[in-house]
Amino acid sequence: MTASLPWRAALVSVLIFVALVLAWHAATRGTGSVQQMSPEYAKLMGLTATQGKSAMPGPLEIGAKLWEHVRNPFYDNGPNDKGIGIQIAYSVGRVLIGYGLAVLVAVPVGFLIGMSPLMNRALDPYIQILKPISPLAWMPLALYTIKDSSLSAIFVIFIGSLWPTMINTSFGVAQVRKEWLNVARTLEVGTFRRAFTIILPAAAPTILTGMRISIGIAWLVIVAAEMLVGGTGIGYFVWNEWNNLSIINVIVAIVAIGVGGMVLDLILARLTRLVTFPE
Amino acid sequence: MSGFISIEGIARRYGTNAPIFEDLWLSMSQGDFVCVIGHSGCGKTTVLNILAGLDAPSEGAVIVDGKEISGPSLDRAVIFQGHSLLPWRTVLGNVAYAVSSRHRDWSTAQVNAHAQIFIDRVGLTGSEHKRPAELSGGMKQRVGIARALSIEPKIMLMDEPFSALDALTRGTLQDEVRRICTGTGQTVFMITHDVDEAIYLADKIVLMTNGPGAVLAEIVDNPLPRDRARTDIHKHPLYYGVRNHIVDFLVSRSRAFNTTGHDPRNVPVVRPTHALT
Repeated sequence: MTASLPWRAALVSVLIFVALVLAWHAATRGTGSVQQMSPEYAKLMGLTATQGKSAMPGPLEIGAKLWEHVRNPFYDNGPNDKGIGIQIAYSVGRVLIGYGLAVLVAVPVGFLIGMSPLMNRALDPYIQILKPISPLAWMPLALYTIKDSSLSAIFVIFIGSLWPTMINTSFGVAQVRKEWLNVARTLEVGTFRRAFTIILPAAAPTILTGMRISIGIAWLVIVAAEMLVGGTGIGYFVWNEWNNLSIINVIVAIVAIGVGGMVLDLILARLTRLVTFPE
Repeated sequence: MSGFISIEGIARRYGTNAPIFEDLWLSMSQGDFVCVIGHSGCGKTTVLNILAGLDAPSEGAVIVDGKEISGPSLDRAVIFQGHSLLPWRTVLGNVAYAVSSRHRDWSTAQVNAHAQIFIDRVGLTGSEHKRPAELSGGMKQRVGIARALSIEPKIMLMDEPFSALDALTRGTLQDEVRRICTGTGQTVFMITHDVDEAIYLADKIVLMTNGPGAVLAEIVDNPLPRDRARTDIHKHPLYYGVRNHIVDFLVSRSRAFNTTGHDPRNVPVVRPTHALT
């Protein structure tokens, strides 16, 4: 008897996880040489030197720390000690504002570019030059002009998420099947009604795909942006824990960033499925 | 000559190439069922698109009901070759979209009730809430027909509406289109390259030569009785006379048509009346 494909895939996933964790555990078990030293000196040197403990935390420590964070994600003990849930919430909030503004700008502009061959050619050089700029390159300019670190981070998210959504929208709008447009023409449908009843639903899957790429970029950029501007957010948390030399918390944060990005992507994937039509 | 539809000297050319056709004249009376037959690429679809208002002639004009057409109109419904349904809408949604375009002031209930009448008429009762992807090819084309009928146009333009269907479905749909169009007295302009379909459906069959520079060679006035039935039409004594005349044209004359002495304004009307023995 063979189990169904999803179950077998899940089994292989679990086996890979167990193998990786075992290898990790073995590698960080602590087999380093122990030096003899005076007790005062040993206090300064730490466990790596005195007990041969690995400098890298093992899976059990990470698991324990992760569980600690999950049990109490929203504590707030002042500016440098907030729960990981609060930090993630700050990052998600910034991403949603910057990304939301980008979608509000990119979809109408993409529509214009897609519907007008003139605007397509006129705006193309700007998009081609602006698109490959790393969003973080805008940070100094944003800080200088906006004079607010949190708003600057939102601006960087905005500028980073703009292009994929705009390009996909214009592509989707330009690629609407001519026969559907002809249906609208023979029914004497006006420009606005045509835009909302034919072009928008026809281009929606392509637009949503662009929005999904954009949210991925926004989530990549927010970590780096928060490392620069500091204060709050998961990016700041990573950098703060690095300054604390808490490698355990850095790894926990990396896991949290991965999970956060996956959740955002799943939401957009679900939305894409809602507007996709079978042909 | 000024019929209900009057095509007056239209030409269509792309760039500086030789015209697909030029100086094309054709007149149709109200209630006529006209089929155009010709090989692929002779410009049949271009003529239909010009009639629909989706394309504009390079020269000449088309007069419908006393007015020159300048674009698409709700009075001229088009049934497209590839059904052209909106895949994100249901059957009812597709028909209702057309109805609400015609009657902008109607309530949703009014629109849906009107759409339902035409969905019933093409035999799709019970499939109102399916999406096009769930329908067979024949059912999709029925939705296209219901959509065109629902706006109650004066003229129906059909571009090879049944060419993608299997023979059985095609036969049933031909019956229905003939029943509906003769019942409503609509003027129909249809493109086909199925000779039997043209003989069964049309009162007049327009034969078009090969492009570029295609011309209307002649108009075959269908001698078969109006109340013909698809099942025994081939037993009629005149049937094979008409059929052979058209097939002869497609096989040889469409390619080597002699245009000397051909007056495009007065295309000869032929009425094959000799029975084959």
